[in-house]
Amino acid sequence: MLEFLQQIINGLSLGAIYALIALGYTMVYGIINLINFAHGDIMMIGAYVGFFSVSILGSNIWVAMLFAMITCAVLGVVIEKIAYRPLRNSTRIAALITAIGVSLFLEYTTIFLLGPNQRVFPSEVFPMETYNVMGMLVSNKEIFIFVSAVILMLILQYIIKKTKTGKAMRAVSVDQEAAVLMGISVDRTISITFAIGSALAAAAGVMVGIYYNTINPLMGIIPGLKAFVAAVLGGIGIVPGAMVGGFLMGILETLVSGYGSSLYRDAVAFGVLILILIIKPTGLFGKNTGEKV
Amino acid sequence: MHEKKVTWGRALIEIAILVALFTLVQYFITTGLLNRYYQINLTVMCINIILAVSLNIINGFTGQLSLGHAGFMAIGAYASVIMTTMLDQPFIIGILAACVIAALAGFIIGVPTLRLKGDYLAIATLAFGEIIRVVLQNIDYVGGPAGIVGIPKLTTWPLLFGATIITIVVIVNIINSSYGRAIISVREDEIAAELMGVNTTKYKVLGFVVGALFAGLAGAMYAHYFYIIKPETFNFLKSFDILVIVVLGGLGSTTGAVIAAVFITLLNAFLQKYAAVRMILYALTLIIVMIYRPQGLMGNKELSRKTFSRIWSGKNGPVRNK
Repeated sequence: MLEFLQQIINGLSLGAIYALIALGYTMVYGIINLINFAHGDIMMIGAYVGFFSVSILGSNIWVAMLFAMITCAVLGVVIEKIAYRPLRNSTRIAALITAIGVSLFLEYTTIFLLGPNQRVFPSEVFPMETYNVMGMLVSNKEIFIFVSAVILMLILQYIIKKTKTGKAMRAVSVDQEAAVLMGISVDRTISITFAIGSALAAAAGVMVGIYYNTINPLMGIIPGLKAFVAAVLGGIGIVPGAMVGGFLMGILETLVSGYGSSLYRDAVAFGVLILILIIKPTGLFGKNTGEKV
Repeated sequence: MHEKKVTWGRALIEIAILVALFTLVQYFITTGLLNRYYQINLTVMCINIILAVSLNIINGFTGQLSLGHAGFMAIGAYASVIMTTMLDQPFIIGILAACVIAALAGFIIGVPTLRLKGDYLAIATLAFGEIIRVVLQNIDYVGGPAGIVGIPKLTTWPLLFGATIITIVVIVNIINSSYGRAIISVREDEIAAELMGVNTTKYKVLGFVVGALFAGLAGAMYAHYFYIIKPETFNFLKSFDILVIVVLGGLGSTTGAVIAAVFITLLNAFLQKYAAVRMILYALTLIIVMIYRPQGLMGNKELSRKTFSRIWSGKNGPVRNK
């Protein structure tokens, strides 16, 4: 039982990371019905910005995270403007393929500029400490990741529920045309959505750097896919769904690698995805809507 | 129907061109004019053509976005290698096994996933492709992550050429048959097709299975040329590679797929030394093509004798094929 609880504790921090990435997927999908394949790579860029601001500028982890978030927010807006905006009225396949293109572009431009090798996230920024809480081991890294992720999620909830921008975002995701008629600038709202989603991904990127200690240009692919699974699990387009889905995925993954084979870890994530898609494609929190002719 | 009489004559011309092409390359190989480097690229080109044409029947004609094509290729590669090296069967049995098992996998995966639409389907197929890879990595019988080394080189130019032509001919004939029209109707408007009495699920699965079958064939050809196979080769980047070719050629154009496969293979050969630049160019091509010409090089049109005869007689302008 204690080991089981320990696995869940371990899963929480990983789950928090997935949840942060999944939020970006879900928000973008909710507003323009696009699976932003490049989202995992924005996370990777965030990790690199965090890495450089820690190792070159010598900033502390909070500043690094803020730096990464701002950079990626700008990057997300630019990507949306250049690549996705011209395709807003085209087929979804075209948009999806463009997203794949953006993803490959970010990965290989990073490889081209910074080299394909792994970099070790400086450990002195975050000296490892482990606490024993009722027989369970908790590290300060895990606490840091979990707490900052929860803070970010609370801020996001505040923005979406209480501010005018959040109201605009909700309006655009429900009905774009009606939102325009109400005087909401759809373009601006979509830009803000990309900015927020990308900033969250960047924060997750810095956390991944702390969690795994290493970063590389292709690090965004697998966590990106898993976070996407998390978003689908919770019901894509639904913000609380992404949070719950993320935590569930993280816990599931640590349980599988704790009790089963870590080699099957990735297969399990995809298995979950297929099960969800076949049994309840709208996700845990989704409502079934009939098909309109 | 009045065209029926001349069809045989035209078919003969086509066969003559193909035989000439085949003999020419064979002549170059035997005389050594085509060295090993060019031969490798030629092989890759043919395999890419098979992959692109077969993915095109799923993505282009059936209109179901699949991102797991490399998974079927992997199944074909492993099935054929198990037959030839471990069970000591002739290559032809290996090829047949590759096709049958890949098609079977296509059926098993297709039936549940093809209920999904659009991006959900894309992700589900991507997931299945990755699952195939991870499962192969965990089977010790086929070498796990290290894969299988020392596969005999059984893929010869005549075999490869034959396989490529058979793939194209079979797929073109399916598309031009009543099955093909049903498949295309699913792409154009699924609900309307259903109302007209087309069993949409059946035709989606059919398209998917045919695509998987030929991907298996490509896998068998690949495995018996390159000496080694490992699961990592067939990851989703490989699926994206094939997708790039199909999109560039034009979703729903077989000739487009062939032209793009030839073009991309040549481009790859030229950029081999600069792997990162190659991928950046790939990515930019994808984005730019999607923004400025989302229908690809050929759209859903075909390059055929009609096109040439129109250009010949000076009637330029939009060519519509039947």
